[in-house]
Amino acid sequence: MLFGFEWDTNTPLDFAISILPILLTGMVVTIQATLLGFAIALVLGLVFAVLKSAPSRFIAWPAKLVTEFIRDTPLLVQLFFLYYVLPEYGIVLPAFMTGALALGIQYSAYTSEVYRAGLEAVPRSQREAARALNLSSARTFSHIVVPQAIPRIVPAMGNYVVSMMKDVPVLSVVTVLEMLNVARIIGDRTFDYLIPLSMVGGLYLIMTLFASGLVRLLDTKLPKQGVPLK
Amino acid sequence: MTPHWTEYLPALMQGAWVTIQLAVFSTLLGAVLAFAAGIGKLSPNAALRALSVTYIEVFRGTSLLVQLFWLYFALPLVGKAIGIDLRLPPVVAGVMALSLNIGAYGAEVVRGAIQAVHTGQHEAARALNFTPRQTLTGVTLPQAIPEMMPSFGNLAVQNLKDTALVSLISLGDLSFRAEQIRNFTQDSTTIYSMLLLMYFGMALVLVAVMRLMEHRVGRWRRVRS
Repeated sequence: MLFGFEWDTNTPLDFAISILPILLTGMVVTIQATLLGFAIALVLGLVFAVLKSAPSRFIAWPAKLVTEFIRDTPLLVQLFFLYYVLPEYGIVLPAFMTGALALGIQYSAYTSEVYRAGLEAVPRSQREAARALNLSSARTFSHIVVPQAIPRIVPAMGNYVVSMMKDVPVLSVVTVLEMLNVARIIGDRTFDYLIPLSMVGGLYLIMTLFASGLVRLLDTKLPKQGVPLK
Repeated sequence: MTPHWTEYLPALMQGAWVTIQLAVFSTLLGAVLAFAAGIGKLSPNAALRALSVTYIEVFRGTSLLVQLFWLYFALPLVGKAIGIDLRLPPVVAGVMALSLNIGAYGAEVVRGAIQAVHTGQHEAARALNFTPRQTLTGVTLPQAIPEMMPSFGNLAVQNLKDTALVSLISLGDLSFRAEQIRNFTQDSTTIYSMLLLMYFGMALVLVAVMRLMEHRVGRWRRVRS
C-alpha cells in the first residue's frame, strides 16, 4: 500500500491498473518540481543574463565563470551539495525545495543564454530606428526590443521545460517522492520492477510528447514580428 | 577530527578514472548509435526509418535515470520471463544507458547536419554516377561532420555530467566514491566542493579536446579558401 492505494498482484494487468493512481500521485510531484524549478530558472537566468552583459568586466567576467561552472557540473552533485552543505550553514530546506532549487540553478545557466541570444537576435537597426525617433533607452528596451525577442525566447524556454521534466527523477536521491521514486518503492515491496518502471517510461513518453506538442503550438501561434506588451 | 582534504584525493582519483572511462566509452558508442540512427532516419527503407524514429523518440522522450533503472532492475525480469539471463553488471547497464541516451540526441544532430548539405551536392554526385553509398561517404558526410561538431561537443559534456547518475546503481565512479567518503567522514562541504571542481576540470579538458577535433575535421575547408 502506498498513498492509501492498495495494489492487486493477481494478474499483470490488475497490477498495472492498481498502481496507476499511485504513479499519477508521483507524476503530480514531478510536474510541481518542474514548474517550481523552472520559475527559479527563469528569474535566476535573467539575473545572470543581466550580469553577463554588464558594461563592467569585473561583473561580467565572474558571472560568465559562474554560469559556465554551473553548466559543466552534474545536477546530481549540485543537488548533493545543496542538500548536505546548506544545513551546515543553518539553511534547512525541505527535500522538495532543495530539489527544485537545484533544478532551477542548473537550468539558470541555460536560460541566461536563451535571454542573451533572444535579445541579441533583434536587429541592431531596430534600436537605431528607435533612437532616431527619440525614444528613451528604457522605452526602446520595453517597447521595441523585448516584444521582438519574445517569439525567439519562448520556444527555447519551452524546450528546457521538457528537458527539466526529464531531470526530475534525479531528485529521488534526496527522498523526493516523484514518479520514478514511487515506482521503485512499489518494485521494492512487490519484487516486480518491470511493470512499474515500464509504466513510468510510458508515462514520461506521454508527458514529453504532450509538452513538446504544446511548445510547437506556441511556436506557430506566436507572431514572428513580435508580441506587443500592451 | 576531519582529515585534511588531500587525504580524500587517492579515492577520488580512482573514481575519476572510472568516470573518464565511462564517459569515453559511452560517448564513442553513442556516436556510433547516433550515426546509425541519424542515417537510418533518412533511409529510403521504411522499416529502417521506423526503427530509427522509434529508438530516437523513446530515448529522447524518457528520462535517462528511468532508462538506467529499467536496464538494471527491469530487464533481468524480462530475461526471466523469456528464459534468458539478462542480469547486467552495473558497468554494462551504465554504459548502455548512457550511450543509448546520448546516441538518440546525437542522431537528431546527425540527421540535421546531413539534411543541411546543399541538394546541389547530391545532384552533382548523382550526375557523376556515384552510388548512394559513395555519395554518403564521399560527398555528404565530409561536409556534414564539421557541422555536427559543435553540437557533439555539447552532447559530450552533457554525457560526462550524466555519468554521475551511474553512481545510483552502485558503480564506483567519482560521485560514488565521494558519497562513500561523505558517509564515513560527514565532511560534506570539502568533499562536494572538490567533487564539483573535479567535474568542472574534466569538462574543461573535454571541451578543449572537442575543439581540437572540430578544428581537425574542418581542416579541408580552410585549405580551399
